[in-house]
Amino acid sequence: MSKEKIAICPEFYDIMPPEYRDLVEQSTYGKEDRGWKDIGQSKELIEEHSLCAGCPESIAFRYILASLPNPEDTVMVGSTGCTSLVFPHVAVHNIHSLFGNQNAIASGLKRALSVRFPNRIKDVVVLAGDGATVDIGLDMTLQAWFRQEKFTTICFDNELYANTGGQESGLMQKGFVAKMAPVGKKFEKVNLPEIARESGCCYVVMCTVSKPNLVEKVIKNAIILAREVGPTYLQIYTPCILEIGKDSMEGLQEMRDSERPGERFKYKEYITDEAKKYLAELEASKKEALVAP
Amino acid sequence: MANELSEAQRSLIGTKNKKGQVYTDPYYLFNEAPRTTAFYTGSEVIKEAIRRASVDVMVAYPITPQSEAAALIGELYAEGYVADYMRGESEFAVMSQCAGAAFGGARVFTTTAGPGTMRAFENFPMWVGSRLPIQMIVTCRGINSPLSIQPDTLEMYFLLGTGMLIWHAETAQDFYDWILKAYIVAEQPDVHLPIAVCCDGFFVTHTKDTVSLTPPDMCLPPYDPYRSPVPCMDMEVPPVRMMRDPFVMKSNYISYLTHASWQEETRAACERSRKHTIPMIDGLIETENTDADILIVASGTAVSQGREAIRILEDEGIRCGLVKVKVLRPFPLEELREATKNAKYIFVPEFNVIGWLAQELKAALPDNHRIIDGPHVAGGMTMPAEVVVEEIKKTLGMTVATLAGRGS
Repeated sequence: MSKEKIAICPEFYDIMPPEYRDLVEQSTYGKEDRGWKDIGQSKELIEEHSLCAGCPESIAFRYILASLPNPEDTVMVGSTGCTSLVFPHVAVHNIHSLFGNQNAIASGLKRALSVRFPNRIKDVVVLAGDGATVDIGLDMTLQAWFRQEKFTTICFDNELYANTGGQESGLMQKGFVAKMAPVGKKFEKVNLPEIARESGCCYVVMCTVSKPNLVEKVIKNAIILAREVGPTYLQIYTPCILEIGKDSMEGLQEMRDSERPGERFKYKEYITDEAKKYLAELEASKKEALVAP
Repeated sequence: MANELSEAQRSLIGTKNKKGQVYTDPYYLFNEAPRTTAFYTGSEVIKEAIRRASVDVMVAYPITPQSEAAALIGELYAEGYVADYMRGESEFAVMSQCAGAAFGGARVFTTTAGPGTMRAFENFPMWVGSRLPIQMIVTCRGINSPLSIQPDTLEMYFLLGTGMLIWHAETAQDFYDWILKAYIVAEQPDVHLPIAVCCDGFFVTHTKDTVSLTPPDMCLPPYDPYRSPVPCMDMEVPPVRMMRDPFVMKSNYISYLTHASWQEETRAACERSRKHTIPMIDGLIETENTDADILIVASGTAVSQGREAIRILEDEGIRCGLVKVKVLRPFPLEELREATKNAKYIFVPEFNVIGWLAQELKAALPDNHRIIDGPHVAGGMTMPAEVVVEEIKKTLGMTVATLAGRGS
């Protein structure tokens, strides 16, 4: 899609909703160096959301949308959960179909877009919670990686089922007392990043959203590598402040505390040699373009 | 028929695809193109129909009795007739992969059967609500425990409530023609719904039959995703914020009304398919001698057994009419009322234990004491024409010679 596709017919300009006019005039579709710093200065691709005040997921959503390298040709796939309350506000095409089938939907979608647009980049990005990614949808998460389907999977890890009211999930910490874990969870937090590495992802990152620069970098890397090299996986801690007993202002501190050395969300990255080489070549060609006359 | 295509599709008529097949006007293809006769299994017939269907994406998964057809489409992919092909990891995933491809604007095909169909079920109402015109072949087989792979049409009963279009083929010839025609009906902008084209597994898929085929160098025009009543998810149309408040979980009148009216609209779309289906497959039902007192109403291969029973009865001087129900959704309510208005006895032979077609008829026809829900066979039992004859004669109070081999 180019920006012309969303242009407003002059006769109807004055009756269009202001947020649509803003989208046409001020959105960052097509802006090459778009990133989290555009937030607040240009039209964001996410409108107001219906998440709880101070929810770290909402800021994660903004950073991710601001960092998409190619939003004008990006289709996102969601799943049921808190994220499905945000997607209807997002100004890139997005699909919600069922709970847990997001990587199967994305597999079919990416293939259809490759058939229909063989000479253009159409990015597919999956964004779902930990219940959808690791519990009910684990089969389809892994199978998409085994098959080397070329899209990015992002898991918002809040370590429980938030939208249904705080039940135990596979990514919950061992011992945590929650609904459906009345005497504490009895097994360890599932180590999906390691499983992702073993399953064929060429780039895997676990982090929080406390540092927007870092989020921007890993989102760009993950999406660019998924185009050419293979599947990529990001697991991002977005604590459910409601269910862990925090206030609206405490989400950021919770993420900072959880990413300290030795803590469970300490930054973790895995990248294959092939992916590393690809990124290095891309960087070199960018520099070359800068010095070329 | 030509006006059932979009301008983009019409502009391609007469041009060739990369396999050298000519995109052909569907009316010409179905009604006027020269035909050649072949002797094929039902599975091979599916392959030959898909060769001519301009399918973009097929997702396959092994389950008897559709595995052979699903693998044969793989051969078409290897030959370049189908643009992409994959084996999914389970039917639930397969139907989601089909959905993803259809959301992305592809013409999508899949085949399924029995327990696999049941496993996939959450997807079907989602396909309907998302208006995805996917074609799914159901080669019906048993879904009971203990495990059975034999012919049995029980899974169709569960599909009836999904909102999908549902056609039930009797013969390989039905199957060949309907697979091609189903895309044209399902993809109409005022329909735009998934379609299940069903047949009785083994009886149709694994037996050879004479089929008259359209030329292999002619194919359907490709799917035009921009005729969809909902946006194609390819970022080629404006990605406006779909709604200010997501309707999920909102407890207010607008939310309820939105869901209710969309459900009604998808059902209305199914009803609107009549006007495309009736000329396409010559009516939702087919009738013979409906002035007779005795009538057999059936779908699928039970129709063939009914025909044979009628021939036996005729030899004995008993006149019996026939109604072949070709389309179950939309339900041919008025057609069936008209066709059965003279009947005193309506027999409904079926290959399933519950007799879902008889249930449908009992809910739809006046004086439903006329409906005899049987004979039924299930679990792979065959239904010899003599069994149908016996049921009819017993009901009429006539003496019946004991059938050989029934242990009495």
